[in-house]
Amino acid sequence: MNNSTFKTYICIVCGFLYDEAVGRPEDNIAPGTKWADIPEEWACPECGVAKSDFEVVEI
Amino acid sequence: MKTSANENQQLNPESPVVIIGSGLAGWSTAREFRKLNTTAQIVMITADEGDFYAKPALSNALAQKKEAQQLITTPAEKMSSTMNVTMVQNTLVTQIDATTQEVETSEGRFKYSKLILATGARAIRLQMNGDAVDEVVSVNSLSDYTKLREKLFHGARVLIIGAGLIGCEFANDLVEGGYEVHVVDPNTSPLISLLPEAASTKLQSALSAIGVKWNFGTSVKAIDYDDKKGLKATFANGESICVDVVLSAVGLRAETDIAQNSGAKCDRGVIVNSHLETSVAHIYALGDNTQYSSESLSGGATRTLPYVMPIMNAAKALAQTLNGNPTEVVFPVMPVVIKTPAFPVLIAPPSPGTNGSWREIEDGIWNNLDQEEKIQGFLLIGSKTTQRSEQLKRMGQVR
Repeated sequence: MNNSTFKTYICIVCGFLYDEAVGRPEDNIAPGTKWADIPEEWACPECGVAKSDFEVVEI
Repeated sequence: MKTSANENQQLNPESPVVIIGSGLAGWSTAREFRKLNTTAQIVMITADEGDFYAKPALSNALAQKKEAQQLITTPAEKMSSTMNVTMVQNTLVTQIDATTQEVETSEGRFKYSKLILATGARAIRLQMNGDAVDEVVSVNSLSDYTKLREKLFHGARVLIIGAGLIGCEFANDLVEGGYEVHVVDPNTSPLISLLPEAASTKLQSALSAIGVKWNFGTSVKAIDYDDKKGLKATFANGESICVDVVLSAVGLRAETDIAQNSGAKCDRGVIVNSHLETSVAHIYALGDNTQYSSESLSGGATRTLPYVMPIMNAAKALAQTLNGNPTEVVFPVMPVVIKTPAFPVLIAPPSPGTNGSWREIEDGIWNNLDQEEKIQGFLLIGSKTTQRSEQLKRMGQVR
């Protein structure tokens, strides 16, 4: 899998970015974890809103 | 979120859904409603431009020297075109006629089928004397943020009034931005209304260590111009300090003027039922202006709910109701992140009146336990702030 297939998602409330390539090791989400594979109960680490309140960043 | 299928109400196709306010509550309602309904007309009336911005960043963007423009996630123009919302910008609502279902504004009258009051709150200002009281700023909007940025020159001395959540976030952020920070608060330590005393003391030490200067047990009596081109703050205990900027962060009060004008019952906020409907038919409210029903707050008394999570939950339920599917909002446990990098804190406060007490169950993890040892809230400090999901599960809250 190359980097171009990774997407970035933004928290619509606070602007926190989730980059699939980087993951979120602090929350035990390994680099390369796809958005769809993140648990539904995961919440924005900055402001706490739900995973459903993220949108894909258009490039 | 509970749903009932009865009393299905069709939107009157003649009149749009009208939203007053373009903050997080207004835009979230528009966004969630559009997901369910692509045809109904939505009109948004706002006192400002209506740009969508990251409000939580207002108290942690100064260190990065961000301009107000950089906090705008999506400009109003793009928001309105992607969501197909008709914008009425820079416009004040003068009156609401609930019988004819019309909103009167400086730009004319607008009919509504459903009206959403998303007017937010305004910063509370404490009574102070002195000839420079007008120099005091509070930050509750993008334009306030701009004002504060303009006042902050390199190395400025700042007095923050209030050591609550926003006051502490500003203190941490301003120190990181290279400013000299003083905080004044009548309590004995920061965030004492939210945190157990031991954690509050640790927060105080951590912020002291990066340079925050505290003035506890007193309040500001007067703000005067200082001879040497600054501001002199005189405290109730007789002491005084000279600073360049005074930032007031003592809390918010619901903006209810328009709601009252419509005849909707208000107390500390606009009173709504569990469907977010006010005492006036077809008028709804959510966000910082709203006093939620006890039915929406498991075990809690009716109250206003600050911060972003209640808004997101309320907007999703309200969108269903507006779309003809009456839906009650029931708030889950909503942890709050306190943006103090010097001492990271995540707290899910217990509901008022639960009579629990705080106990540190392991280093950095606190539980608020009631008489039956049931977890009513939790507090995570430092590296433990990542354990949100685990703690929510322990409380039986799986979303």
